[in-house]
Amino acid sequence: MALLQIAEPGQSAAPHQRKLAVGIDLGTTNSLVATVRSGQPQTLPDSQGRTLLPSVVRYHGGEKTIGFPAQADANNDPVNTIVSVKRFLGKSQDEILATWPNLPYHFVQQSQGVALLADGKSRNPVEISADILRHLRHRAEASLGDELTGAVITVPAYFDDAQRQSTKDAAKLAGLHVLRLLNEPTAAAIAYGLDSGREGLIAVYDLGGGTFDISILRLHKGVFEVLSTGGNASLGGDDFDHAIVQHWTTQWELSESQQKSQYRRLVSLAKATKQALSDAPSITQTIDIDGQSFDASLERETFENLIAPLIKQTVKACRRALKDAEVSADEVLAVVMVGGSTRVPLVRVQVGEFFGQEPLTSIDPDQVVALGAASQADILAGNKPDNEMLLLDVLPLSLGIETMGGLVEKIIPRNTTIPVAKAQEFTTFKDGQTAMMVHVLQGERELVDDCRSLAKFTLTGIPPMTAGAAHIRVTFQVDADGLLNVTAQEKSTGVQAEIQVKPSFGLAEEHIAEMLKASMANAKDDMQQRMLKEQQVEAARVLEALEAALDEHRELLSEEEFAQLRQSMDTLAEISQGHSTDAIKAQIEVVDNASQAFAARRMDISIQQALAGKQVQDI
Amino acid sequence: MNYFSLFNLPETLTLDTQALASSYQTLQKLTHPDKFATASAQDRRIAMQKNAQVNDGYSVLKHPLTRAQHLLSLRGLTIDNEQHTLGDPEFLMQQMEWRETLEEIGSDENALEQMQDDIQALIRDKLTALDAMFEEDGSDNEDIANEIRKLTFIYKFSAQVEAQLDKLDDF
Repeated sequence: MALLQIAEPGQSAAPHQRKLAVGIDLGTTNSLVATVRSGQPQTLPDSQGRTLLPSVVRYHGGEKTIGFPAQADANNDPVNTIVSVKRFLGKSQDEILATWPNLPYHFVQQSQGVALLADGKSRNPVEISADILRHLRHRAEASLGDELTGAVITVPAYFDDAQRQSTKDAAKLAGLHVLRLLNEPTAAAIAYGLDSGREGLIAVYDLGGGTFDISILRLHKGVFEVLSTGGNASLGGDDFDHAIVQHWTTQWELSESQQKSQYRRLVSLAKATKQALSDAPSITQTIDIDGQSFDASLERETFENLIAPLIKQTVKACRRALKDAEVSADEVLAVVMVGGSTRVPLVRVQVGEFFGQEPLTSIDPDQVVALGAASQADILAGNKPDNEMLLLDVLPLSLGIETMGGLVEKIIPRNTTIPVAKAQEFTTFKDGQTAMMVHVLQGERELVDDCRSLAKFTLTGIPPMTAGAAHIRVTFQVDADGLLNVTAQEKSTGVQAEIQVKPSFGLAEEHIAEMLKASMANAKDDMQQRMLKEQQVEAARVLEALEAALDEHRELLSEEEFAQLRQSMDTLAEISQGHSTDAIKAQIEVVDNASQAFAARRMDISIQQALAGKQVQDI
Repeated sequence: MNYFSLFNLPETLTLDTQALASSYQTLQKLTHPDKFATASAQDRRIAMQKNAQVNDGYSVLKHPLTRAQHLLSLRGLTIDNEQHTLGDPEFLMQQMEWRETLEEIGSDENALEQMQDDIQALIRDKLTALDAMFEEDGSDNEDIANEIRKLTFIYKFSAQVEAQLDKLDDF
């Protein structure tokens, strides 16, 4: 007879229980969700067996529809049907209108960035993206039968800080715990890497609906290292459709008002034509506009002439990415194709020519990103404790600050491996100055106006001194998701300067909290209960980790330190049985402070042991 | 922060790049935030800070120029990110000559490649000389600093020649 396992109340009796984690490809045109089942990543279909979810949301009569039904209504109700909202994440209204002047939406400028007015209510791109993510979360939970532990969400490698932050905010709003933001091409390489186990350089060519990315990765002894990324955040298969539409409208001499009113219809026809031309050398068809019939036939050769300049741009970006990685095209072992637009034969031919080899297309280019994300989610959730695979990512765009004369001084250059921390010193230029403004920017250009403004920080509380005497050390820290955090300290006095963060785009922390509260009220979720549970889980996690650490490395603490830590842990164990979220949170902080030096020493010991062990092996 | 000791490598300008890469991977596996995805907030924070140091250390040690700057800073003289003009008239003359030659060459690909080869040979010589200076007893920090400053210029110039070659590739 098997022995019965008895667990403490509130503690799990099954430590190796599988955690449910998913990978989500939040795409411009389509989104997908995937998970690992029986060791294999697989996409999760809807009730009708479709894995793709069109990234379309329609707001109508106080209701919202998402995916295929919304897409079907897009032509009839363009104003209230938001298509490809991902393009608007982390962008200002001016930027959006400059890139896409013919959009049918009503934009409203709000204090917290841009919003779209649909069905009598304004919603920002984060909220609309959250609707898509929530839909996928529900699909996954229905399919897997339980709540999700977490999700890996993919983003274009080229996304800047504002766009990444917006994506993470949308996930939070959709009730998802983000394990990691993962670059789309990296996810694709994982999907292939797991199957074939190749070692060496890999190029990932990702041409989706609205974005193009090229990444150069190195696989070596289980480490995926992103050597460089490049691309274009507003170039994709939609531009192929647009090129066809332009070709037709010029040929037919359509009036401007006809072009505008017929745009959606023509785009749909162009898309279908493009897809058909992947298999057929020519398409013969007509279209009726305002009672007149037009010849909408197209030959593949004409189509290829139309898109050749666009493909050339992508090849140029490939060359630059190779240069950034300090490698040449003939060193690349494999080329992975991602995104529906890589089905276009000319794309495959040109990419193959540039890299001198046939690109990999065996995994569905629409699914490959979600499948890779699912594999990574499975690892991060702790379902594969023996997994040695490690993923190193780089900063996609340089981070800098504004200096005199509207110039940008780079502090962390692009393609630096993240996480990374860099400190920069500033000084006061007036006697008695107690505040200072720091403008943080992202981009490669030299002028402030040509870069993306990320935030303006006002440092206050600087002790009054003579000009140039105060030394303010500003530390820029970028985490594994590519998100920036800034702290500042006056060096001579040690005064921690206060920082006010004003995001230039995207949403402030408080705004997210407000939206979260509102959405939870709607979902009849008990917010307080949920927050209490979260803190209790965190307390248990802290205690469990410390107990294990004490078992192993008790000798790293003095008697006094040990007594202090032990006492704080006992208090936490007691308080976490209670119902005060704030008290638990405060006590976790006390334990954190008491164990900080311990944690740092443990880290150092483990490093020393690992490197010493390696040395012995080398001999 | 002594990056050589973080990576468990000897404090020398000439470095076993295999050993560096191997230490880097070991350190990554111990400190990368993904390895702490389900750990407590504090352990995550400490891992991230350590991992940022590892990344910074790797980028410093990887390149001979930043490696030289780091070695010098361990000897007590910090010269990275400085605004300093070299007071060596002979070297300044040579700089001007190089710039003139580069202008004359323009878009002659063979001549540009020859020039790049010459620069790379010069860089190798300078690095050998610097290595000796670091190893020698009683070398003056300022002397070393001046050699590193020259090397900084030569690397920058090499990048300019490379950029000119890149332009040719675009067509």
